[in-house]
Amino acid sequence: MKVYLDNNATTMVDPQVKVAMDPFFTEKYGNPNSLHAFAGETHPHIKTAMEKIYAGIQANRKDSVVITSCATESNNWVLKSIYFEYILTGRKNHIIISEVEHPSIMATARFIESMGCKVTYLPINSEGLIEAQSVRDSITSKTALVSVMWANNETGAIFPVQEIGEICAEHKVLFHTDAVQAVGKIPISVQEFNVDYLTFSAHKFHGPKGVGALYMKQGKELMPLLHGGSQMGGHRSGTLNVPGIVGMGKAMENAVDALDFEMPDIREMRDNFEDELLKIEDTFVVTPRNKRTANTILISFRGIEGESMLWDLNREGIAASTGSACASEDLEANSVMEAIGADEDLAHTAIRFSLSRYTTQEELDHTLAVVKKAVARLREISSSYSYAPEGHNSELTIGH
Amino acid sequence: MGLDSLVGGTIWDEYSNKVADLMNNPKNMGEITTEEAEEKGGKLIVADFGAESCGDAVRLYWLVNPNTDVIMDSKFKSFGCGTAIASSDTMAELCKFKTVQEAVKITNIDVEKAMRDTPDVPSVPPQKMHCSVMAYDVIKKAAAQYMNVDMESFEEEIIVCECARVSLSTLQEVIRLNDLTTVEQIADYTKAGAFCKSCIRPGGHEAKDIYLVDLLEEYEKEKMAKTADSLAQGGPVDFEQMTVVQKLKVVDKVIDDNIRQMLIMDGGDMEILDIKENGENIDIYIRYLGACNGCASADTGTLFAIENILKEKLSQNIRVLPI
Repeated sequence: MKVYLDNNATTMVDPQVKVAMDPFFTEKYGNPNSLHAFAGETHPHIKTAMEKIYAGIQANRKDSVVITSCATESNNWVLKSIYFEYILTGRKNHIIISEVEHPSIMATARFIESMGCKVTYLPINSEGLIEAQSVRDSITSKTALVSVMWANNETGAIFPVQEIGEICAEHKVLFHTDAVQAVGKIPISVQEFNVDYLTFSAHKFHGPKGVGALYMKQGKELMPLLHGGSQMGGHRSGTLNVPGIVGMGKAMENAVDALDFEMPDIREMRDNFEDELLKIEDTFVVTPRNKRTANTILISFRGIEGESMLWDLNREGIAASTGSACASEDLEANSVMEAIGADEDLAHTAIRFSLSRYTTQEELDHTLAVVKKAVARLREISSSYSYAPEGHNSELTIGH
Repeated sequence: MGLDSLVGGTIWDEYSNKVADLMNNPKNMGEITTEEAEEKGGKLIVADFGAESCGDAVRLYWLVNPNTDVIMDSKFKSFGCGTAIASSDTMAELCKFKTVQEAVKITNIDVEKAMRDTPDVPSVPPQKMHCSVMAYDVIKKAAAQYMNVDMESFEEEIIVCECARVSLSTLQEVIRLNDLTTVEQIADYTKAGAFCKSCIRPGGHEAKDIYLVDLLEEYEKEKMAKTADSLAQGGPVDFEQMTVVQKLKVVDKVIDDNIRQMLIMDGGDMEILDIKENGENIDIYIRYLGACNGCASADTGTLFAIENILKEKLSQNIRVLPI
């Protein structure tokens, strides 16, 4: 049995989305900005898709939701344009981000930091959450931007975006949120929350890969990152990705519909699965359930290094993750585990299971059985649970 | 760069079948207890290396015959990834039936090679090579415990790159002999820095005492100091390799020592205006002063004499251009 529990990394394309995209490869392939009938065929579909995307995050028609190639582009755009407009010009000298942002924010922040921008990295608490007060404490008269993710990719922790938005409005500081892990999982309203910029990506909610977006509030439009033929109102040049935009529109519509129906089911399945996992001795879950997205579990199995756990899961067809997939080639400890100040011995033991509306109970039952078997086998091998003669001075562990 | 690095890899695809088999079914996984050791009349050695908080930890058990120093049995327990478990298993296997003194000579490279399916294909991807280093270290730890000596006493040299086991003296020698200036060149010549990359510069997987960038900097400084000393003593120098500032100094010195006196005797003098590297040529721009200015031989005999002296002393590529 093949089981996919890595939906925070990417998701299966919704079959309805695939059907919606299909005509735009070989039948209706005109460039929507051209002046001929081929363009005329595609243009209305782009418009309909954009309306669905606007509706999905409750954006005002006067706001701009610009389609990009991925969330990484959207995040780069925000930070680099803020750098060009505010930092390089000397109007401001500072931005604030959290210490558990996705690499596309973290690495970009470090880059503009190397170019002279001051960056504050907000810590997370032991529950894996950002405290809104820490934003207030860090804002100075020279702060240009606060960028804090809506939901964390590893723990699913939902950050206090509404409060942070209010604090930013009060101090007249621009506010960006990377909502990649939130859109399609929790209701999003950019109207209700004071959000100036919001990043999301289609492939995290059963849309196609290669389609991201950046929401920009009316009057807060950033200078473009990509200059060229003035597509997307000049905000982002490059021939429109017609099938991608149509796919994102359909995926958004279905994901928002599913919030009321399928998401509670996912939550229930997740909770039951988590209850069963926690019955295994020496396991720890980060962030309380009611403060997390409904589909995510980050769990530590003491004495079992994460990659070896993935190995055993993979042998039985189960896909999970040790953290951000972007980081799968490097060997460092899970940054969230370090940041929450977890027992150091657990830093390399975290496994993330992330469900989707296509996950079945049967798949979770199979996974649970495999996890139990893997834990037994790997703890048998593990030095953490091994014999030592009396008086042996162990240097392997700190925490227990 | 290139296709492979653009696409990236899944590290598991680069594991040999042996590594995968040992990860699935480690052969020497287990423990030896004090009671068992007593029963079999051997000395029990239990050595730990690494730490869970660092992502890798191993415990090695040896049963040693105290009369012959032969390791009669060897088992391990390990916290780590597949490579760590497979290399611990291989290490335990390699220790068996060797004397403690022989076992100390087993390196992580022996362990990695023993896990290969074919002799020429590495058993683990480069970034996983450091996992085998732990297997090597724990042997030293166990042997030190058995022989009641310090672990460092087994290491004859300072090792800079533990993955490829390249020593400080080797690196210094190779850098010097081949005039290496980049870490990529060091990796090409010695394999140091080609694996987990911790030894290249601070900020890698593990902290080190000496980094490759330090050695390059040290060599660079050494070269500069050598040129400066040589200049001061009027000794032989490699003119072409010098920076423009160094060239200016050395040209000035040659003129002072060999030419200026001759010009002053005739009531003239000269100054260097600039030095430019123009393809192969090194163009030295000069201006005549005093009686030399307007002298008939300034553009012929005197000029040829100046140019010949500089060519002979410094480089055949020198051209002297009066302005």
